[in-house]
Amino acid sequence: MNLTLHIWRQKNAETRGKMVRYKLADVSPDMSFLEMLDVLNEQLIDKGEDPIAFDHDCREGICGMCSLVINGQAHGPRRATTTCQLHMREFKNNAEIYIEPFRAGAFPVIRDLVVDRTAFDRVIQAGGFIAANTGSAPDANSLPIAREKAETAMDAAACIGCGACVAACKNASAMLFVAAKVSHLGNLPQGQPGRNDRVLNMVEAMDAEGFGNCTNYFECEAACPKEISVKFIAQMNRDYVKASLSKPSYV
Amino acid sequence: MTLDSRIPPGPLEDKWTNFRQKMKLVAPNNRRKYRVIVVGSGLAGGAAAATLGQLGYNVDCFCFQDSPRRAHSIAAQGGINAGKNYQGDGDSVYRLFYDTIKGGDFRAREANVHRLAEISLNIIDQCVALGVPFARDYGGLLANRSFGGAQVSRTFYARGQTGQQLLLGCYSALERQIAAGTVEMHTRSEMLDLVIADGRARGIITRDLVTGAIERHAADAVLLATGGYGTVFYLSTNAAGCNVTAAYRAYKRGAYFANPCYTQIHPTCIPVHGEHQSKLTLMSESLRNDGRVWVPKEAGDKRPPNQIPDEDRDYYLERKYPSFGNLAPRDIASRAAKEACDAGRGVGEYGRGVYLDFRDSINRLGRKTIEDRYSNLFEMYERITDENPYETPMRIYPASHYTMGGLWVDYHLMSNIPGLFVLGEANFSDHGANRLGASALMQGLADGFFVISDTLGNFLADHKPDQDPIDTDHAAFAEAEGEVTQKIDRLLKIGGRRSADSFHRELGQIVWEHCGMARTKEGLEAALEKIPALREEFWQNLRVTGFGDEFNIALEKAGRVADYMEFAEILCNDALHRDESCGGHFREEHQDDEGEAQRNDDDFMYVAAWEYQGVGEKPKLHKEELNYEVVKPTKRSYK
Ligand SMILES: Cc1cc2nc3c(=O)[nH]c(=O)nc-3n(C[C@H](O)[C@H](O)[C@H](O)COP(=O)(O)OP(=O)(O)OC[C@H]3O[C@@H](n4cnc5c(N)ncnc54)[C@H](O)[C@@H]3O)c2cc1C
Ligand code: FES
Repeated sequence: MNLTLHIWRQKNAETRGKMVRYKLADVSPDMSFLEMLDVLNEQLIDKGEDPIAFDHDCREGICGMCSLVINGQAHGPRRATTTCQLHMREFKNNAEIYIEPFRAGAFPVIRDLVVDRTAFDRVIQAGGFIAANTGSAPDANSLPIAREKAETAMDAAACIGCGACVAACKNASAMLFVAAKVSHLGNLPQGQPGRNDRVLNMVEAMDAEGFGNCTNYFECEAACPKEISVKFIAQMNRDYVKASLSKPSYV
Repeated sequence: MTLDSRIPPGPLEDKWTNFRQKMKLVAPNNRRKYRVIVVGSGLAGGAAAATLGQLGYNVDCFCFQDSPRRAHSIAAQGGINAGKNYQGDGDSVYRLFYDTIKGGDFRAREANVHRLAEISLNIIDQCVALGVPFARDYGGLLANRSFGGAQVSRTFYARGQTGQQLLLGCYSALERQIAAGTVEMHTRSEMLDLVIADGRARGIITRDLVTGAIERHAADAVLLATGGYGTVFYLSTNAAGCNVTAAYRAYKRGAYFANPCYTQIHPTCIPVHGEHQSKLTLMSESLRNDGRVWVPKEAGDKRPPNQIPDEDRDYYLERKYPSFGNLAPRDIASRAAKEACDAGRGVGEYGRGVYLDFRDSINRLGRKTIEDRYSNLFEMYERITDENPYETPMRIYPASHYTMGGLWVDYHLMSNIPGLFVLGEANFSDHGANRLGASALMQGLADGFFVISDTLGNFLADHKPDQDPIDTDHAAFAEAEGEVTQKIDRLLKIGGRRSADSFHRELGQIVWEHCGMARTKEGLEAALEKIPALREEFWQNLRVTGFGDEFNIALEKAGRVADYMEFAEILCNDALHRDESCGGHFREEHQDDEGEAQRNDDDFMYVAAWEYQGVGEKPKLHKEELNYEVVKPTKRSYK
């Protein structure tokens, strides 16, 4: 296949970026999207130009490192698929493809298609954990967990922290990401002791990082490569209200 | 220098307890006076950093990804072993120990492996406490599946994402310590050298991958948990960023590299399908619980798989290894696949593939059950190959997956350099010549959660910061930093024509061909001629665009490939020297009439630990003899 690519180039956080056009010939439909970019990068290096910086690592849809907005969609056109698992057979010969970084105030561009997503780590630091010290755990089977509960926790825990939900949202909201962690831990008996503080602190941290609000567009669920359900946002909202009410007040 | 493994005295099952009862301790109020560097945030590094932080040490943790949650451990699919015997099927600590020793083809230390089996019980408890949502049965208790090389069900799992869930558990514990201020996390930061001052590991030199700044970090001990070197083959199931750099640079500073030739080729990966392919995707070994492996009986049978009747199929694993069948260990299953394809019975476009067929289990258990067990793996397969494994058997072929070799460590996980500890896949310690499935996650977490906190404390108690202070003004830091900067300048200045990636690909082909699933003296000698020649071309004809003081992916890659250009030689040297077949190391000269590996215990019952002697120079061999006191090494049979 032959392709025309329009790719966001930006030297660093301080300089302005722009879209640059590249032609790429002889792309095999069996290549993954990132392999296609690898080929382009080889050609750029051949010409002595800087290769296009993009994040990637596992290349099998689990580490959450790859990003990219492809033709306006976070992780591209195929449902439930990360950029690294997208294959060129999803595109037509002679297609024009627009490739941009995940855009959000809380995800500043580092270079080209690479953005800084450390805001997510800081939200987890605010409470996305169970405070269980190493060495103090009881026997793993001492507390049975109903299978549905464990499965629901696992559905939420499947989040790979890629940030597509934020990139897809008009308001750059991180609600789906935060809700996934709150619901993962909130569905487990081990997660009950810290449940109230967790949701309050994580939501506060999310706001402080400059993520927007959720106004129920649900673009996040559509873009999520792991199909995390927006029902977890509802669950988090309930947790949040409950926790706010039970918060000790000074009056 | 003789290698002292420092195995505690006493009967095997008491060694770890004895050690713990007598080890030296650092008092809680003194721990904050120590600084510890942990390089790596995977299961081993993440668990270590979180635990040491929780104990009160000051920890600096490093990873090259943008978040500790993205370490390569995240990609593990199938599961983690533990000798809990929750299924009541006859499992025990001893049996897990025995299976691991046997699986490793009697090339691991008994004491280490026994400790690993003991600790496996605590790992599951700890992970459940952290909120890892392991699979459960309808009664709400933990479920198990079987993995290769075992006749019991002892593998705990979280769908096909066990590594992800375990790493997220570790990561949450780590983030909690970061919030508490005990751990400082340095992301997008690559260790480029180890600093040794007055004979002790005292720090590292890193490059900030965003700004390019070269930085010095000093500490009372350095822990490397930087993963394996499976990408030496270029194509592998490992993440694109996996590399040998941290371990290799420590080796160049004097740490011994043990058993590099023990590499694991995993039998169930999606076959290669094009020259631009950048990685091979693993299809979890757990699939072999329900999938049957076969090839056509006749070479050249090109009928579509569903039109080949049973009598024309060769279920070769079931035929050759009736008691383990499709769950034969990885090295054995991989070689059997190669053998079938070498005989012209391979399937798929390039003839390098065998079928993994779910037809019978779908008929027996129903499609729904198979979906519950493996849907995410089936989807992954479909995305990559455009074929539906519910209808057409999967095609699989072996690929580089894991490396048993690594930096030499003693029972305390300390290398031969005092103060340098090595954890997880980066060390050589527990898997001998072949690792059983679901045992790497177990080892990473054992090292990180439970072993290092004790053995490091024991070391630090004798090395008080006020008696032996260090800071980054020490001459050793200036020297190491100077070498790092020089090397970067050298890479940037070559100004040749080829990218680092193209060199990596070529190197990988050499290593795969001559030092892959089957090795010969001639092949290894040929590789040892080709590698230095390629290295020479690398240093003349490499092109790295851009500058050192910016985000530069070409430079990052070049540095890693440069190390592989030297390391590959160490690997082939070790394979050439080990004139026997064992585990993942198969020398064609040493096989029996049925093609099974033939060990030579009289001459090779030792760990080969290599000492650096200069680029292109043959490294110096140090031997650690292995003494089997409890298990009697026998011919490994899975028939
Ligand atoms: C596809 C796949 C599936 C697997 N499935 C299973 C399974 O089901 N069960 C099982 O037991 N095992 C499995 N394994 C093996 C297992 O996942 C790994 O062996 C294990 O996770 C390694 O953990 P680790 O902590 O040692 O290293 P890693 O998780 O690889 O972490 C390495 C860390 O070191 C950092 N690092 C490396 N170099 C540097 C440097 N120079 N500077 C700074 N930081 C550096 C990285 O950033 C990373 O944080 C699988 C492996 C693969 C590839
Ligand atoms: S590279 Fe890991 S999810 Fe895409």
